[in-house]
Amino acid sequence: MSVSKLFAATPLHHRRAAIVVGASSGIGAALTRKLANEGYTVAAVARRADLLEALCAEINATHGETRAIAYPHDVTRYDSVPAALQKIVQDLGGLDLFIYNTGIQHHVKVDEFDFEKDRAMLETNLLGALAWLNPVAAMFHHIRAGHIVGISSVAGDRGRVGAPAYNTSKAALTTYLESLRNRLTRRGVTVTTIKPGFVETDILRSAPKKNFFWLINPNQAAEGIWKAIKARKQTAYVPAQWGLLMLIIRHIPSFIFRRLSF
Amino acid sequence: MTTSTLPYERLTYLENFGHSLRAASYLYKPTTTEQISEIFKFAKQNGLTITLRGAGRSYNDAALNGGGIVLDIQDMNRILEWNPETGLIKAEPGVTLQKLWQHVLPDGWWPPVVSGTMYTTLGGCLGMNIHGKNNYKMGTIGEHVVEFTALLPTGAEVTCSPNHNGDLFYSIISGMGMLGVFTSITMQMKKVHSGLLNVHAFPARNLREQLNAIAESAPVNDYTVGWLDSTAGGSGLGRGQLHTAKYLHEGEDPDPKKTMQVNYQTLPATLFGVFPKSIIHFFMAPFMINPGVWLVNTAKYVASLREGHYKQSHAAFHFLLDYVPNWEKAYGRDGLIQYQSFVPKETAEAAWTELLRLSHKRGMPSYLGVTKRHRPDKFLLSHAVDGFSLALDFKVTNGSRAKMRVMLHDFDRIVLEAGGRFYFAKNSETTPETALRFLGQETVERFKALKRRTDPHNILESDLFRRVFGSL
Repeated sequence: MSVSKLFAATPLHHRRAAIVVGASSGIGAALTRKLANEGYTVAAVARRADLLEALCAEINATHGETRAIAYPHDVTRYDSVPAALQKIVQDLGGLDLFIYNTGIQHHVKVDEFDFEKDRAMLETNLLGALAWLNPVAAMFHHIRAGHIVGISSVAGDRGRVGAPAYNTSKAALTTYLESLRNRLTRRGVTVTTIKPGFVETDILRSAPKKNFFWLINPNQAAEGIWKAIKARKQTAYVPAQWGLLMLIIRHIPSFIFRRLSF
Repeated sequence: MTTSTLPYERLTYLENFGHSLRAASYLYKPTTTEQISEIFKFAKQNGLTITLRGAGRSYNDAALNGGGIVLDIQDMNRILEWNPETGLIKAEPGVTLQKLWQHVLPDGWWPPVVSGTMYTTLGGCLGMNIHGKNNYKMGTIGEHVVEFTALLPTGAEVTCSPNHNGDLFYSIISGMGMLGVFTSITMQMKKVHSGLLNVHAFPARNLREQLNAIAESAPVNDYTVGWLDSTAGGSGLGRGQLHTAKYLHEGEDPDPKKTMQVNYQTLPATLFGVFPKSIIHFFMAPFMINPGVWLVNTAKYVASLREGHYKQSHAAFHFLLDYVPNWEKAYGRDGLIQYQSFVPKETAEAAWTELLRLSHKRGMPSYLGVTKRHRPDKFLLSHAVDGFSLALDFKVTNGSRAKMRVMLHDFDRIVLEAGGRFYFAKNSETTPETALRFLGQETVERFKALKRRTDPHNILESDLFRRVFGSL
């Protein structure tokens, strides 16, 4: 790809730049499309190069100019992150918004105890996030600006019988983002934690049980996330009614919660 | 090849002079050629780009490199040799015009070409090949460079003069810092016999009168500059005030030793003896709206109707932009941009009448207009024509960006049709198509060929370069 094809920012035509990590499908792909619609130039980062290239080609064809650039990358190759970030920020001419969306869920049965599955989830959902968030936070800390968005989950609000490691990865991400917010707010950086409920993505499609409610598609999720970004929210449930539900669920006493089957 | 990353603590938001654009870059301030060499190597290894930055006084994106490296050369600011007998000076690129004139004036010399501010660096001045209020007579600053040395991204250090490496001489000067970095500059100063100039100020009632007055004054004056009331319409369109100045002859100044002292030249720090100038821009800000500027300009024009003959120091006459410190901040949060066009003398009046009318019709009048007389020069990316220039400052507001952009593209069309040119230190919206049209295919090809020769890995790139030349 030729970076020079990107339109240059001018005093009369500002350009905002975003990175979406985990952009190849689901919420990430929808967010990439949404941000491009909103005028951002987006670096689309994900492991699956073919999906990324197709997504970027589609977006750029829609807008008649380069608004999305594909950067194939595996988030568990932690050491390669700083150099990749440096290159992307140079190609984009800066960075205003960083979104970490990558997430996997290996479904485990109630009587299944599988370290390999757990490790894979934590490596992708949590360590991959930390590998990206650290250098991004360092950049934003020094330029005293920027917006970090982490796509966590309602799943991080409690430890349920069905998804111990997935819950853990999202709970840890939520906590990490909170710390980051407390560190960076004083530097003029916004940190937003997004907690989506059920979204029709690959994760849900592979779920053994299909007892979903308040189900939204990735585009609806992207709209909700964009609203939270625009409002510079600290934490946002998507859709919003999950906020109320999780308030109740978070307060269910353990002696009851451990008898529930979800 | 392993890639390494630059330290995040070097990331700094840098702005253009008008505070209308900013970009974060890894900022380096080298003091030696070896350090620049190292940074070139690092950039090449890691696929990063470098932009050279002097004092950051360009109105556009010339010294910005979002996400890349910015080499600020201001700490390379030694005067290496000075010969008060011949007026030859050798200096590093970070030496400002302020340091330069203060060094040479007590010995009876003055820089032959200066910009409207003295805070610019020699490196920046040569990269953009600046002109002054005497462009029609003395040409651009590059015409007074006897020799320079430059470090190329290839690692080679070259010495250039009009007769030696002439192709590089005429392209690195004017080359926007895209071909190499100056490491030393030798220039010829101009002999003066006083620290004062004989100044004549007189009004012009409309654009035709203004351009005629400049054309007639220029041949018999050392400096000529016009202020244009860009808010006035109707029969007063293009009205304003001219300032012409002449050097004093030998013997005309009874005490040249005194007037050539730096202290004698220095601009006062207070207005009317009491009012600190450093805070004036706060008081200007409320007037920076269309009716406010109309009021100020009208008052200024009425005051200019009284003709004046007086003596003024070089610094006071030349460095008008420094008279009110940080005046550009009065333009508010979104800053300002400048649109400067250089139009042949035959077509200037018609083209600028159209420009000024258009700006009034669309409700986006310029707040400041300045006119000058020019002559063509031999440098590769030249902005000059045998004609005039009109610089128009515009306030940027969040709501007006899109329509102002459309207006400036209309301006480009009018100026191009009139055979005009543009200046890469000023206009921020020049498109590749516009640049190609005024520079011509041959010039662009020559520039690209030189770029491939001096910088085969495209290490030197600025936001300006990418915007205009990226797709050419």
